[in-house]
Order: sequence, then structure tokens, then C-alpha cells
Amino acid sequence: MDLMESIRQNFIDEDRWKYLFDGLMTTLLITLFAVLIGLALGFLVAIIRSTHLKTGKLTILDFFCKIYLAVIRGTPVVVQLLITYFVIFGSVDISKVLVAILAFGINSGAYVAEIVRGGIMSIDNGQFEAGRSLGLNYRQTMQRIIMPQALKTVLPALANEAIVLLKETSVAGYIAIADLTKGGDIIRSQTFSPFLPLISVALIYLVIVLFLTHMTGKLERRLAANDRR
Amino acid sequence: MIDVKGLRKTFGDQEILKGIDAHIEKGEKIVIIGPSGSGKSTFIRCLNLMEIPTAGTITFDGKDITHLNSKEINMVRQRMGMVFQHFNLFPHLTVKKNITLAPVMLGLMSKEEASKKADELLERVGLPDKANEYPKQLSGGQKQRVAIARSLAMNPEVMLFDEPTSALDPEMVGEVLLLMKQLAEDGMTMVVVTHEMGFAREVASRVLFMADGNILEENTPDRFFTNPKNQRLKDFLSKVIS
Repeated sequence: MDLMESIRQNFIDEDRWKYLFDGLMTTLLITLFAVLIGLALGFLVAIIRSTHLKTGKLTILDFFCKIYLAVIRGTPVVVQLLITYFVIFGSVDISKVLVAILAFGINSGAYVAEIVRGGIMSIDNGQFEAGRSLGLNYRQTMQRIIMPQALKTVLPALANEAIVLLKETSVAGYIAIADLTKGGDIIRSQTFSPFLPLISVALIYLVIVLFLTHMTGKLERRLAANDRR
Repeated sequence: MIDVKGLRKTFGDQEILKGIDAHIEKGEKIVIIGPSGSGKSTFIRCLNLMEIPTAGTITFDGKDITHLNSKEINMVRQRMGMVFQHFNLFPHLTVKKNITLAPVMLGLMSKEEASKKADELLERVGLPDKANEYPKQLSGGQKQRVAIARSLAMNPEVMLFDEPTSALDPEMVGEVLLLMKQLAEDGMTMVVVTHEMGFAREVASRVLFMADGNILEENTPDRFFTNPKNQRLKDFLSKVIS
């Protein structure tokens, strides 16, 4: 069977390319919203944890945050996905994509939290003291002095986390979501030719990741140029 | 104006301040000298509650400020400016924004008022052309002058200086000391921790010598430097004044 024939069979016949296209859309959808949830959750946890570290307050919340971080970072994301779908939402009729968004978002939140906390703690304590010595309260100092600086330092790492998450969503097939990976696999199972569908899947991931990495690099260089100002 | 009685501060099992008594009158310029580790920085940081005293009282304008809630502490800090050894300017903000941030955020001035005030202050510290630059573009001496302007923007009643020239290159010490001198002449109440003996001699109304968490001697600069009584102070002076 020559290459053209194989391409026709894998992608053209019965509109099989749609498995890849729809799958890609699903992958991007899950990634996008999981990133948003991860950011929201991660910032919240990071602020609680660094407030606890700086002021000794919020002990109970900090305790729960620590458990969250330990559990999420100490277990595989596939297991978390399966538990979210079959245990937590086991008896609820809920969209699988929504479950995946939640599971990946909660997972990403733990990594975002540690990145952001690192950023906050990396800001010289003198900045904090200068704000407080002027009479600003803790929240005002965090908001106007610490966070803008911390955010700038962690932006590249956060972009990187989003890239990692995009690839991690490839396990969504475990709960029968037709994401990009699953789409390629479906074609493979129909045509019995693994090469083209799977390589195509890999190439699509690669192109997106390379693009995002390129944008992150650009962002990093712009931030660095800003620093030299 | 500020009355300190039996002030103690411990960090863990280390006692840094061992019962300080001091009185600061309005308009006075107190200079605190002493070897490193003597507790002088901790003392000055207790005055605006950057460090919470372990024991003792600090009375500011007739009010004990050692048992305030955090809101009241913020109010006290608004009335006391602090200048740090490492300037601690906000690097992500322009010079002008550094100065206007606190008064605007705290609702003490409108944006326009604060901006006008900042222009005046920059004029006063000799940096009228730096308003729109970022701290990174300034020399150490310029940074410290901006930091002083930032504190002054709050119209403080007292200015606390924690080794304001210790992190500066030698050629920049003069410009900062000159500004502090002008501030003193304008009648500002000042508490200054420094190693600059010339400044102490020239500007101080009283000089305090601290060692091991105690004030060992306290006198007018004239007597303090020409006729020290405490042996530790004599040793210290013989080492720093060569």
C-alpha cells in the first residue's frame, strides 16, 4: 500500500480527519479552561500559604492547602482523573469534558500554587517592609507592591505549566473523552495502520508546543528587557 | 513626643533589647551609634512597630502604641517615616509612583495633589528631572534621596533612619547626609542609626551609644565625643575615629 493510499484511507475515507480535528478542539477546550481553573486555584493557595509564612496567620487554611498540594502532587494525574469521574461524579450525570476540565484544573492548581508561592517569597522582604512602613496594610502591600513583582518573575514558569498541562490532557481518553490522542487512536483501530494517525497526533502536539514555547521565550525576553530599563 | 520605657525585644531565646529607656522630644535629632549587633536597628524598628516589643511601653504623642491592633499600627506608621539601609524603592514603579503610591492608596491625597506633592519633594531632594525614571536608572545616592522623598510624602511627624548611608558608595554618602541635614534644619524630628560620626557631631541634639541591647551613654554631641565616660564608648570611639 503506497503512502497516498494510506493517507486517503486514514484521513479522507469516512471523513476520518474529523477525529483529529474534533479531538484537537476538545484538547484545546479542556486545556484552556483547566489552565484558568489552575490559575485561580493556584493563586488562591499561593496567597494563603505565603500569608501564613509571612504573618503566621491562616494556620487552618494553610493546613488544608498543604494536604491539597501533597495529595495532588503525590498521585498520578490519570488516577486523579479516574477518581474524579468514577468516584466523585460517579453517580452524577455530568459532561465528561467538564469532569476533565475540573480534574486537570485542580491538578494544575497545585503546581501553579508552588510556582506563585516561590515567586512571592522571592521578593525581597525589604519591599514588604517598605510598604508596611508607609502605613499600607498587608493586603494593600501584597496587591500593589509584592504581587506585581512576583507575577513578573513567575510568568514564564506559568506559561510552561500551561504547556505541560496541554500534553497531560492526552490521558483524557481514560474516561472515554475523544480528545486529540484518542482521535488518533480511534483512526488506528479502524484502519489497522498505526503509523500515520499516531505520528499525526504527535506532530500536532509538537507544533502547538513549539509555538507556545516560542511565545514564552518571546515573553521572557521582553520581561528581561524591561528589567534592564 | 516619643517615650520609651523598659523596652525589651527577644528573638527566640536571644534578647536583643534589654530594657531601653529613652525620650524623644518634638524637633529633636537623636543619633544612635554603637557596634553592630548592639540592637540599634531593632530599637529604631520597634519605634514604628516593624518589630513588636516583647515588653515595655512606647508612648507616641501621649498614647501607648505597644498594644494596638493592626489597623491602629498602620495609622501610627503613617505618621512615622522610615528610611532603610537598602532604600527598598519599588522597582516596578516610576520614581513618582513610588512617592505617590501610599498617600493616594491610603486616601490622604487625590492623585493630583499627590503628584504635585511629589514634584515639590523631588525638587527638594534635588531630583526634579527623575520623576518618570525607574529606580534601576538611579545611583545609590539618588535612590536613597527618592526613598526619603517617598517617606516625606506622608507628611510624617518623625523620620526614622536605619543606617541610611551604610549601603552607599563613599562618594554618594555626602548627598544623602546633606539632605538629612536640611531636613533637620527644617525642624523635622529625627531618629538616626548611623556610623557617620561627623553627622552625629554636627546635627544631633543628643547622641545615644548602644551596646549589647542597652543604652550605655547618652549626651549632647559635644560632651559625647570630647568627654565620653563609659569605657565601652571610649573603646568604640577610639576605633571609629582615627
